[in-house]
Amino acid sequence: MIRIQLPQQLRSLAGIAGEAGVEVPPPVTLGAALDALEATYPTLSGTIRDHGTTRRRSFIRIFADGEDLSDAPPHTPLPRAIVEGRQPLRVVGAIAGG
Amino acid sequence: MTGVRVLVGTRKGAFILTADGHREAWQVHGPLFGGWEVYHLAGSSADPDRLYASQSNGWFGQIVQRSDDGGARWEAVGNEFAYTGDPGTHLFYDGSEQPWRFTRAWHFAPSLDDPDVVHAGVEDAALFRTDDGGHTWSELAGLRGHPSATSWQPGAGGLCLHTILVHPDDPATMHVAISAAGVFRSEDAGESWTPANNGLHSGFMPEPEADVGHCVHKLARHPSRPDVLFMQKHWDVMRSDDGGRNWYEISGDLPSDFGFAIDVHAHEPDTVYVTPITSDEEHYPPDGRLRVYRSRTGGNEWQPLTAGLPQEHCYVNVLRDAMAVDSMDPCGVYVGTTGGQVYASADAGDHWSPIVRDLPAVLSVEVQTLT
Repeated sequence: MIRIQLPQQLRSLAGIAGEAGVEVPPPVTLGAALDALEATYPTLSGTIRDHGTTRRRSFIRIFADGEDLSDAPPHTPLPRAIVEGRQPLRVVGAIAGG
Repeated sequence: MTGVRVLVGTRKGAFILTADGHREAWQVHGPLFGGWEVYHLAGSSADPDRLYASQSNGWFGQIVQRSDDGGARWEAVGNEFAYTGDPGTHLFYDGSEQPWRFTRAWHFAPSLDDPDVVHAGVEDAALFRTDDGGHTWSELAGLRGHPSATSWQPGAGGLCLHTILVHPDDPATMHVAISAAGVFRSEDAGESWTPANNGLHSGFMPEPEADVGHCVHKLARHPSRPDVLFMQKHWDVMRSDDGGRNWYEISGDLPSDFGFAIDVHAHEPDTVYVTPITSDEEHYPPDGRLRVYRSRTGGNEWQPLTAGLPQEHCYVNVLRDAMAVDSMDPCGVYVGTTGGQVYASADAGDHWSPIVRDLPAVLSVEVQTLT
């Protein structure tokens, strides 16, 4: 089980109170984790990555075990701490606007 | 219930304001979708409990919400607005070529007779349609396929398609308006489009009377007389008596003919409302006085409506989708401001009072008359 920490507005949209938990078959990559998230919570499709291109939206950042994976390609393996569920994959809204 | 349901979109969520036919005591429900921009909410006239809301922000993009019970419960439906084929480019503010890119849905126009059918006007300007209650959206690509589309440029709010008028007797005839491309007319349900801007004059263009490029802010009409169209343009209030083929100016004695919103009385096809704004550089009412102007003659002769509206130190704006009318008798008129007020008049504009004073900046106001 991969734990994914989401911004409040996406938690609200997905109807979840805490972290999202998704099953990701190996190899556990960044793209596979986000695919699983969107499959489990279809309302999140298009909110983290653009439809079609699956390009990360500009004001979204993605952190894993202290690493910034925001610009990492989808096939990037996730760190062991994420794969083993000891830490969450963090999807963060950038500081912008008011 | 019998009465009115006012659907308010704001910079930080949506609100639903309800009242009985007297329109004096109001219940406020919201915020819905708190923290998100809600550019528009619209109800189906075929099923008044079917509502659609356009929810978006810069972080997470577009969400489309749908309610089947008048706004008590909502469900996120389809949010993929994919342009057909290679979307190509339009012009950016500086004249450079800019790839077409979806940003948000500005306006929903539910079908008059099928609650599952909705047209959506989006930024970058395009027209989409759903036939399944919002689950999937398809582009009516003939509009963006018009040869002029590569030359379309955004207005200050973005390259937005903000007005959709479907002919009440002939659904194949449609008008859309785009800022800043102008009005386009289709007679084949959106397959092909013709510019409908003859008579418009826009001083910011190298050729002020060009076919395309006008910053049309909003269109309105009365359903009993669908070929008579009223327009609030960037400057100038205009009228067409032939379905948009030709336009003539009706600004008349307005204190300013700049503005965004325009609407038509529910029972008097020649009674028109506008909210003059000082200028394109000063987006607030002339003299710090919020005045709705009413013409009972189809234009040119305008009467200021001030009773109950702030008449000093008022520097709010009324955006293009933030005026609406109900179809009660007498007709109710509603105006939302960027200062967060929603003003209502239950007597066709003679007297006004605020329903709410302190919402986030109001982006849109729609009214459903419930019987």
